[in-house]
Amino acid sequence: MTISTAPIPVTTDTEPTAVPAKRNRFWAWVIIAFTALYFLVPLGATFWWSLRAEADKLGFEAYRRLFDDANFWPSFTESVINAIAAIFLSLLIIVPTAYWVTLRLPKLRPVVEFITLLPFVIPAVVLVFGLIRLYGRPPLLLTATYDSSRVLLVCAYAALSFPYMFRSVDNGLRAMDVRSLTEAAQSLGAGWPTILRRVIFPNLRVALLSGALLTFAIVIGELTIALFMAQQTFGPYMANLTRSKVYEPSAMAIVAFALTWAAMGTIALITRPGKRG
Amino acid sequence: MGVLPFFLFSGMFLIAPAIILAYRSLEGPDGTLTLDNYRALTSDTVVAAYSMSVRISLTTAVLGGVIGFFLAWAVSMGGLPGPFRSGLTTFSGVASNFAGVPLAAAFIFTLGRVGVVTALFELIGVDLYGSGFTIYSYWGLSLIYLFFQIPLMVLVMLPALDGLKRDWREAAENLGATPGQYWRRVALPVLLPSILGTMILLFGNAFGAHATAYALTGGLLPLATLLIGQQISGDVLNNPGLGYAVAMGMVFIMALSIFLYSVLQRRSERWLG
Repeated sequence: MTISTAPIPVTTDTEPTAVPAKRNRFWAWVIIAFTALYFLVPLGATFWWSLRAEADKLGFEAYRRLFDDANFWPSFTESVINAIAAIFLSLLIIVPTAYWVTLRLPKLRPVVEFITLLPFVIPAVVLVFGLIRLYGRPPLLLTATYDSSRVLLVCAYAALSFPYMFRSVDNGLRAMDVRSLTEAAQSLGAGWPTILRRVIFPNLRVALLSGALLTFAIVIGELTIALFMAQQTFGPYMANLTRSKVYEPSAMAIVAFALTWAAMGTIALITRPGKRG
Repeated sequence: MGVLPFFLFSGMFLIAPAIILAYRSLEGPDGTLTLDNYRALTSDTVVAAYSMSVRISLTTAVLGGVIGFFLAWAVSMGGLPGPFRSGLTTFSGVASNFAGVPLAAAFIFTLGRVGVVTALFELIGVDLYGSGFTIYSYWGLSLIYLFFQIPLMVLVMLPALDGLKRDWREAAENLGATPGQYWRRVALPVLLPSILGTMILLFGNAFGAHATAYALTGGLLPLATLLIGQQISGDVLNNPGLGYAVAMGMVFIMALSIFLYSVLQRRSERWLG
């Protein structure tokens, strides 16, 4: 799995001093120009290809063919459903855990933090190797049918989201006064389910949404685990397309980039300082 | 009680899979415990895959680290208009997640045999592929990995650069330091643990990457992750035990890099926290 970080908003309070500012600005522009070239050329080239599917004229034919492809929508929908299932599973596990660790079991925090980092330590290809060896034969047979493998895939995705989900929820909990809120709710007679549902969850909306969107961005096109579990999801579909078609993959790459951009842009928007809550 | 599902779930889907690989890696063909599989790691195929993985990871960690650092510096201290910073932050979030199949495809369309840039080079009389370049190589893959390595560096370095206190610069200037001296003697030493730590993080990030390389080459490049992938589909090493040892070696290297990263990050918090 690729390590990634949600854009974390930071306030700038370090203004450059006046004297070397001009020279700094020159070099800053040079750096920006060169890196922009590196990042924009592949995107531009891909976009250019995606417009050339029809001979002698530019158009969106490649996109039309992509969306008309018999396997596009089924694999895409399947990945969306997998992603949503993984997000809910992950939320269901991480929110109570982060809450308990913050409020009642601070001693467990290092252990929980360590475990949530495991997806970085165990690369996806190693994880799927282990999952197949563990659940590929009785007594824990889970890879027997397509649907049971799919359950395993969703569980693996939920586990992969732990680092992002835990950090996101943990930051959200730190930003509010969990203890006072809990005590206030308790003194009004609320039980634990009510506290979690009516007090903690609403205050965590932004954190939960960022964690969910980041998970979505990672899971939607995931290739490695789906590939070795023989799942017909979006990642393997895209890999097949890249090998078998000429123009459609360029349209596919642009669509995937737009999807990632939508997820990340939404996170940036909702976590902007001053818009919290 | 609220943490029980977490431990149960992590145990089933993260820890147990790792443990079974660890156990199998210590198991000989006859089922006895042995270290033979780890001794076999010196076989040519394994060494070739590991060394390619290490070279690509080192290259992209150092290049991505240096370029990412300067990029973070440019938008935070280079005196550029404000929107650049938030724009770069969002773009970095996107690009650091834009790995896998679409990324490989984008670079095939750019620098593949019929890629746009390859064609542009031909126009000015430079035959990239004729002169030995190919995107399906060490340098090609490194160039592709930088697309997610640089943004990751930017995302970690921006907050670190913000942690540099204005007072330090002013104090240095009052004592007669030039900007160069300030950077060499104050800012860089403070930032060094963070820079090194993040480069190590980048190393691990590239080392564990599988999807991009698979989508690019279909598994033909000798890479540790691709070798493990081939071992899953069919025993290409002709030795199941060795496959488990290769996987464990990978976990060991990843664990080491994450550990070093967190140690260095903690150290850098002393000043930048």
